[in-house]
Amino acid sequence: MIYLDTIIQGVLLGGLYALFALGLSLIFGIMRLVNLAHGDLMILGAFAVLVGVDALGLPIPLAAVLAGIFMFMVGYALQYVLLNRTLGRDILPPLLVTFGLSIILQNGMLETFSADTQRLNMGGLQEASISLFGGLAIGMVPLITFISAIVVILFLNWLFYSTETGRAFRATSDNPQIAQLMGIDNDRIFALAMALAMVIVAIAGLYLGARATFDPLIGPSRLIFAFEAVIIGGLGSFWGTLAGGIILGLAQTFGAQINPEWQILSGHIVFLIILVIRPKGLFPRVTG
Amino acid sequence: MTLLKTHALTAYYGDFQALYGISVHLDEGETVSIVGANGAGKSTLMAALTGQLKSAADMIEFDDKPIGGLRPAEILSRGIALVPEGRQLFPSLSVEENLQVGNYGRKTRGPWNLTRVYSLFPILKERKNQASTSLSGGQQQMVAVGRALMSNPRLLLCDEISLGLAPSVIKDIYKAMAEIRSEGASVVVVEQNIGQALAASDRLYCLLEGRVTLTGRPDDLTREQIRLAYFGGSNP
Repeated sequence: MIYLDTIIQGVLLGGLYALFALGLSLIFGIMRLVNLAHGDLMILGAFAVLVGVDALGLPIPLAAVLAGIFMFMVGYALQYVLLNRTLGRDILPPLLVTFGLSIILQNGMLETFSADTQRLNMGGLQEASISLFGGLAIGMVPLITFISAIVVILFLNWLFYSTETGRAFRATSDNPQIAQLMGIDNDRIFALAMALAMVIVAIAGLYLGARATFDPLIGPSRLIFAFEAVIIGGLGSFWGTLAGGIILGLAQTFGAQINPEWQILSGHIVFLIILVIRPKGLFPRVTG
Repeated sequence: MTLLKTHALTAYYGDFQALYGISVHLDEGETVSIVGANGAGKSTLMAALTGQLKSAADMIEFDDKPIGGLRPAEILSRGIALVPEGRQLFPSLSVEENLQVGNYGRKTRGPWNLTRVYSLFPILKERKNQASTSLSGGQQQMVAVGRALMSNPRLLLCDEISLGLAPSVIKDIYKAMAEIRSEGASVVVVEQNIGQALAASDRLYCLLEGRVTLTGRPDDLTREQIRLAYFGGSNP
């Protein structure tokens, strides 16, 4: 029974990691941009919700929606004004610029919000749980997180495969030069993709802040989980990213079950094993 | 009425100059072919016309407005569509999606839509849900032509659409070109195959090393003139 409990916790944790990873997967898929500031942007998203709740006194859902809109605008502007200029044949400029952005974000948030650890107060939701047979219980927040991850993936798949914007995303991902000839403005499509990724980042930030404490400097450690989930799942497949998140979540909870100190380590070990056995991940879609 | 006009158009790849003052023009409804050997500057000219290579604003005039240096997406929205050399379909998109993406930046009412493209190339309707990479070369070329038509262009640029195709397939493609012309689009056909170019066009330009070396109506040109303009050399 303890194993069943561990499996449930691991799978639900995987939903959170999938939310961390989906935005990363989305922008890498469309514009081959590796965003090293992704983790810090997630923390910015969490702070955006916090400001809505604590400073403006809004209820959590409204604060989350406003944070989503705020992050959408941040993402659009960031890509249009800054990151589009770094894209090209060379993959180094975007890495350097987003690395610098990560440092600026961390210190900016440190300056604004201090180094205190914060937590989003979800009312009674954090203590609530659903009781199952045999004394098992599922926490409401992890469950809602997992369901949100699935909803985000369903939305992304609908957007990518059933809408004109999705066609433009995929065409640009295939060949940006030829996509322009179809009247697709790459700069705008890239900005829209980043804006979308930042909305997902805001959702990730919301649950990150609801599940555990956060402070301005924990972004990079969350970024590693996002990378691992994307790479385990294989680039270009959103369901693969969820699978990657679940595998990572399971590895961590089982590791913690053996010895609480092994939680993070066992996740990294499983990641490395999969990287050795299947360098392209479990469900790769992007080739070449 | 003149639809397209270039004025001493120059183009560079870095320090390398590829076009040395090209002046060509095309009337509404006209089909013009551009011939020349490999490296003569034909595809460079297409890249400049579609905004992939930057040029000064007044070097290219379309519909009496300067369009040189505009972004490719803006040029498409004005009504110039390109069938690029080597087809360049989007591998992640199905046949139908490749066609649909063709009018992303220009949704003008006109003769061309999915139904009409399928009636021009019926085989594409049968293959519409397949990956574009699964088609034969000729069918891929049909998708590339159809994709460009979907924007209902006023000017259709076709870069080497017969390259690497079997003669019978080339015949099919050029038969479709006749139908496309009859719908009123002006067409520029870039060809290495001079016979094909002469048969398909009202007027011909020959390029050599980035310059126009010959222009005229197919009936007025002799084989010897074209040979000299195509390969260079002096008149005996």
